[in-house]
Amino acid sequence: MNQDLKNHINESLKKGVRLDGRKKEEYRPIEIKTGVVATAEGSAWVRCGDTEVIAGVKLQVGEPYPDSQDEGTMMVGSELLPLSNPNFESGPPGIDSIEVARVIDRGIREGKAIDTKKLCIRKGELVWTVMIDVMPINHDGNLIDIGGIAALAALKNAKMLEVENDKIVIGKRTDAPLPVEAMPIPVTVLKIGDNLIVDPTDYEEDVLDARLTVSILDDDTLCAMQKGGGASLTTKDINEMVDLAIRKSHEIRKKLKEAL
Amino acid sequence: MSKYTERENGRGFNEPRPIIAKAGVIKKADGSAYFKIGKTAAYAAVYGPREMHPKHDQDPKTGVLRCNYNMMPFSTEERVKPGPSRRSKEISMVTTKAILPVVNLVDYPNAVVDVFIELTETDAGSRCAGICAASIALADAGITMRDMVAAVSCGVIDHKIAVDLDGPEEHLHDLDVADIPIAMVPSTEEITLLQMDGKVSKDELFKAIESVKPVLKHIADIQRKALKDRYK
Repeated sequence: MNQDLKNHINESLKKGVRLDGRKKEEYRPIEIKTGVVATAEGSAWVRCGDTEVIAGVKLQVGEPYPDSQDEGTMMVGSELLPLSNPNFESGPPGIDSIEVARVIDRGIREGKAIDTKKLCIRKGELVWTVMIDVMPINHDGNLIDIGGIAALAALKNAKMLEVENDKIVIGKRTDAPLPVEAMPIPVTVLKIGDNLIVDPTDYEEDVLDARLTVSILDDDTLCAMQKGGGASLTTKDINEMVDLAIRKSHEIRKKLKEAL
Repeated sequence: MSKYTERENGRGFNEPRPIIAKAGVIKKADGSAYFKIGKTAAYAAVYGPREMHPKHDQDPKTGVLRCNYNMMPFSTEERVKPGPSRRSKEISMVTTKAILPVVNLVDYPNAVVDVFIELTETDAGSRCAGICAASIALADAGITMRDMVAAVSCGVIDHKIAVDLDGPEEHLHDLDVADIPIAMVPSTEEITLLQMDGKVSKDELFKAIESVKPVLKHIADIQRKALKDRYK
């Protein structure tokens, strides 16, 4: 970490100013497009400031888990592609990639975004598996939130495939949408010094003390959380961070609804 | 006479699919490009020259070009498992060799120029699209090059030459299909990538090479235009 950068960001934040001139609680402008990848069952492209992400949904069929025989399954994957930032290295996904994927996954899973009961083809034998892959094209921070928004938009955009003799018919998409029932929006709040900010750039992420990601449903119910960073949080911090996340989730939900 | 007499949408046999090329699309990169041909789309990002890791790959005489080709999981009809495969490693290697003859890295001993190529969606011809994107991205990064490298695949379908096969053409079952990806330095007509799968006569091979020459010159024009458009 660059201590000079940290001091500089900290001093500026005390005056309520960020490196790129934003206010502490200000998100960068968000742009959302869906149906951007012809080979995916559903896809979305999201740009927020200079962070640009593509999410794609692929459907597969397989056996259900033994403890949920009448439910389809889902998984979010993500990779910090070396294409998207000079600091990302080639090789198997590191813990940072895995955390991004798992935090987005947890929000969608626990928020019951997908009605997995509707993804059962034959109880105990055959169910749908929804694979959601979130890929940064340009990474300038806040991949969990922006990737999470892209994943939701891609899910909403997804169409089911035809099945014949228990196998999917490659490339044969139907008109039926994927059963998406809820939109759990992940919002990450960073703590740098005594300041709370949202939608960090990668410079801000480099100097964070702590962060908290909260996935929020449309009635403000919280459905997933993840604390990150080396510093601890007081209950007062958490209270303020959750409040801020809920406020921001309203803005993002509106944007997402407009785009879909 | 070939049984393959007509292409989808009335496309000519020497006609590539529609092409979109853009330079400077990835802000964090030192150079970048987007290249889409038909429904095959590639991003390329260049990082470097920067210090080579691992150190034992450093060359004290020159910088090293290192291309990495990767398909996004949703870029084909059947999901691609993330991570390198035998196929992607081989394509990374031939991509590097396709571009190496035009770049000059002697001024950067011990350094590496990394080129990351990501395919977002594919419908055949992805290694060629990747090479086209990489070439624009390297120029965008200001790496010294003596020319572009342009690439396209040439098909031979039941003895008929068909430039830039799409996915359905590549998978025609009732006809013999050969696929010949070719990369070229347009100004000198040197060939820097040549692969083939399928059966062709020697005659057909040279017909294929002759057929792609004007197409590759056309693609090189599009690549150069993408670079110029960045500064409009």
